[in-house]
Amino acid sequence: MRNYLAVLNRELKSYFSSPIAYVVIAMFLIIAGIFYYLIVTNFVQYCMQADMQAQYYRMAPRNMNVNMMAIRPILHNLSLFYIFFLPLITMRLFAEEKKSGTIELLLTSPITNSQTILGKFSAAALLSLIMLLFTALNVLLLFFYGKPEIGPILTGYLGLFLLGLSYIAFGVFFSTITDNQIIAAAITYMFILFFWAIGWISGAVNPAVGKVLANFSLIEHFDDFAKGVLDTKHVVFYLSFITAGLFLSYVSIESAKWRGR
Amino acid sequence: MIDVRQVTRFYGRVMAVDNISFQVDKGEILGFLGPNAAGKTTTMRILTTYMPATSGTVKVAGYDVQDQSMQVRKRIGYLPENPPLYMEMRVADYLDFVAKIKGVDPRDRKKAVAEVMDKVGIQTVSGRVIKTLSKGYKQRVGLAQALVHNPDVLILDEPTIGLDPKQIIEVRQLIKSLAGTHTIILSTHILPEVSMTCERVVIINKGRVVAEDTPDNLTRKLAGNQRLYLEVGGPVEDVRRALAQLPGVVKTTVLTNDKTAGFQVESQSDSEIRPLLAKTVIDRGWQLFEMKPEGMSLEDVFLQLTTKEEVGNS
Repeated sequence: MRNYLAVLNRELKSYFSSPIAYVVIAMFLIIAGIFYYLIVTNFVQYCMQADMQAQYYRMAPRNMNVNMMAIRPILHNLSLFYIFFLPLITMRLFAEEKKSGTIELLLTSPITNSQTILGKFSAAALLSLIMLLFTALNVLLLFFYGKPEIGPILTGYLGLFLLGLSYIAFGVFFSTITDNQIIAAAITYMFILFFWAIGWISGAVNPAVGKVLANFSLIEHFDDFAKGVLDTKHVVFYLSFITAGLFLSYVSIESAKWRGR
Repeated sequence: MIDVRQVTRFYGRVMAVDNISFQVDKGEILGFLGPNAAGKTTTMRILTTYMPATSGTVKVAGYDVQDQSMQVRKRIGYLPENPPLYMEMRVADYLDFVAKIKGVDPRDRKKAVAEVMDKVGIQTVSGRVIKTLSKGYKQRVGLAQALVHNPDVLILDEPTIGLDPKQIIEVRQLIKSLAGTHTIILSTHILPEVSMTCERVVIINKGRVVAEDTPDNLTRKLAGNQRLYLEVGGPVEDVRRALAQLPGVVKTTVLTNDKTAGFQVESQSDSEIRPLLAKTVIDRGWQLFEMKPEGMSLEDVFLQLTTKEEVGNS
């Protein structure tokens, strides 16, 4: 436990003592802010139109659901570009250590590979959580002007976080297989695109195959979270994805010593 | 303390270490000598549990590096060829982190870090970011990293590389001062370093141990031939021929071609030919200006051992 915390602590400090964390968070928030603005102004315009229509036809104004018409699109939008920032925070985790030789320190210290991997994974997870929490400020702002339900927001963020962790786990794995950060990031991007595209393909192929493919699409599993549905099926899916990524990282590091790194 | 038995390591099909065996006693400093790509680093990496041997057993402090690697790791300090430094960290933070993962008791950690910084002389830079340090200081931080948990065994891969002469002397003194309480293996290219710091030398070449002894014994025993330098006034070619004909002389080399010529005479080490040489020169009516023994240096031994192989193979 102490070793795990030591690694976690060091990784977190290293994120914030280099520009990485600041750049990633800032870029992410700029994009998140733009989409938030567009979606919310759109929603407000739509509400005004509806009000005017109601006045014109002398009807009671329709009740607009802010959860469904603003927050859910915001969460969906976030889920798309949030994951594209993750390779930037996972690429260095092992690749950098391999390049600089500090991996020799870790692998000759009384600390197990699981502790190292979990420590690094948790550091990246915490950074991604910080990114998400900043965007939550935007959503909270809606509480001042409307009456959104808190439930779907919470499940939505839980879904986003789990989705992120799945990609972080595999980002860690791709970082163990190379000493080049660019390559680690590039492979992670390919991986993300692949599991994204799988959702589109599923519509174009034979329905039986399509159903299987759709189940593998990480984004499909996020839909229910955004709707406010907390289904164990999806949680289990993400957790198994995370376990798979971490397990592969472990195997990769263990086997590297036989191959001669 | 360290027991290496019949260790072999392959990288794919390439054999890096071929059936190496050697022992190191507690408190001893062992020099590990060999040309590039001889297998020094590979052997050290096996010792430090960084990578496993393909076959053979290695025991450090009684623990097997393969089966009880965590026990071994607690007891070794390792300075790889490139010091494993996190460039963005501050020196004191970095050493604190290393102390943590090396399992230093949390209550002693602060003291351990302060002591080791004092020992290698880096207190003045303790608050600096490692990236901004000079190569010499980085090397010392690397050394501090290996020492911070006060390990029984120290494994140092070329510890004086990149240091200036004054620092080299300091580091050597530091290493010598650690002997007795620590068991040290040190690899190097620099031969005087071995004769100065090590009590015993293992020379390896092409993955095999080619010699193992004290530096003095190695030079004496493996030199095989005794070498003399002579300066004689006389016709060069005649002198050379006369010297070469003497019993016990193996090789005569002319070094200069002036009136007074220098000759290098190699003879078997068991025969004392100096009186005979002097007599021959004087009897022929030539002048003997100088005669001095030329000891074969560790460099010569090293070259002889590591190049002989090549001749034998081709």
